[in-house]
Amino acid sequence: MSGSVLFDAPGPNAIRRSRIMSIVFAVAAVAAVALAVYQLWLGGAFYQDRWDIFSDERLWFGARGLLFGLGTTLSIAGIAAVGAIVLGVVFSILRNAYSRWVRIPTTVVLEFFRGMPVLLMMLFILIVFASGAYWAVVWALIVYNGAIIGEALRAGMASLPKGQRESGLAIGLTPLRTTLEIELPQAFRIMLPIILAQLIVLLKDTSLGYIVGSEEMLRIGRQLVDFYDREGGPYALSMFFVMLAIYLAVNLSLSAIVRWLHKRVSRPRKGGPNLDGTKTEAIPVSTTAIRAQRTADTDGPPQPPGAGGTLGG
Amino acid sequence: MQAIFENLPLWLQGMGMTLMLTGVVTLIGLPIGILLAGMRVSPVAALRVVAAIWTEVARNTPLTLVFFFTAFVLPKLGFIFDFTLGAILALTYYTSAFFAEAVRSGINSVPIGQAEASRSIGLGFGQTMGLVVLPQAFRSVLPPLINVVIALTKNTSVAMGFFVFVLTSVAQRLANVYGDQALEVFIGIALSYLIITVPLGQLVDHLERKWSVQR
Repeated sequence: MSGSVLFDAPGPNAIRRSRIMSIVFAVAAVAAVALAVYQLWLGGAFYQDRWDIFSDERLWFGARGLLFGLGTTLSIAGIAAVGAIVLGVVFSILRNAYSRWVRIPTTVVLEFFRGMPVLLMMLFILIVFASGAYWAVVWALIVYNGAIIGEALRAGMASLPKGQRESGLAIGLTPLRTTLEIELPQAFRIMLPIILAQLIVLLKDTSLGYIVGSEEMLRIGRQLVDFYDREGGPYALSMFFVMLAIYLAVNLSLSAIVRWLHKRVSRPRKGGPNLDGTKTEAIPVSTTAIRAQRTADTDGPPQPPGAGGTLGG
Repeated sequence: MQAIFENLPLWLQGMGMTLMLTGVVTLIGLPIGILLAGMRVSPVAALRVVAAIWTEVARNTPLTLVFFFTAFVLPKLGFIFDFTLGAILALTYYTSAFFAEAVRSGINSVPIGQAEASRSIGLGFGQTMGLVVLPQAFRSVLPPLINVVIALTKNTSVAMGFFVFVLTSVAQRLANVYGDQALEVFIGIALSYLIITVPLGQLVDHLERKWSVQR
């Protein structure tokens, strides 16, 4: 349901009223922002001496410059994303195992991992395994997000028509190969937007490395503020804005990709060409699975994905 | 585990702070979230734009960066306050956006015919929302809202890095003191979080089963 159904196509009076309210509110919002900016300006936030460090090459390209921090952030996120997907696949297979001696412990462990803060896991790995901050962050993100992606893949597999598994078994594939070659690829396709949204959450969570001491962007930024600090730290605000801009640029562009993918995946696919080039009428299974998943709520149906995650943690 | 039982007051302090942050942020953030969601579906374009910017920016900013703002930047600007208040501010700003999204997706889950029907019998925007859409949205909204509270419970741990003593800080302090029992300390604290999150998760499952409607 789009917002537009909630109200009529406005008539002349309503248009005028809505326009007036719009203008009043816009003026109020702009005034609030302007007041804040003015206050900041009075405080000297826009003086050259608050921003001059950003023209210093060393701040960006230095051995421990902002780009080094961004690189660390992205490399943590990259390694952890790959690891989390691999672990998620393993978890989802174990979670669906025939033997309850595998299935039930996996379920308990997954609940355990998903129920605790990822920061606690980082500290745990840092202190108990003495792995160093970088790898503590990487491993904690792998385990935590692996558990979440594992659950997502399981829900995706549960939403497939039963016939998929049955026909896989019927043509003589082992249960494991049925899962790996028939169910998982389809589940992955259905859940792709949700998995990618989770990977954006993962990217945001790399900033927790600030607390455990990995040298990701936020920590580097703080060190730079302290380094350039003169009487009372005039650079904290400008550094905050620069880091905010970098995070928003990275996350929003990833979010846009996720949204585009979501649109692509949920659009009903047309039948591909036959071998002789003619059009086929067959509806690919994953499309029916997506439709089934929309109506049925059998086993925790996957939620629509949001950019930046739906839950925020 | 023994380390935790020997330091029960410390554990209680951390637990109390975690619960307090979760409760207070829910109480303040939920009304803001509902307001934001209402703004995003309202007829007034300026309201929609402001709400959209608020939610998109909040959801794409790392929580740690928001804490960084309240703990280090605001004091430099002359706003000096208690770190606990700073944590409440940061968590409320961040979480309100997720509350808003949960409410909005609940509003969107109400079949379009409901709004069309109420529009066709002449109800206005306020009446359509208040009498028809929101009451129906409520039950599809509550489970995701509780899920946001669960995430919030876990997110309170970030406050630890900004001088607020929460459950995770208990784990760190005890693990440093009782080095030989570090594993048990962490499992104990993880279970402490699960005491809060698992019943909430069960509640979500229960509500989803009880309220699932075939539409």
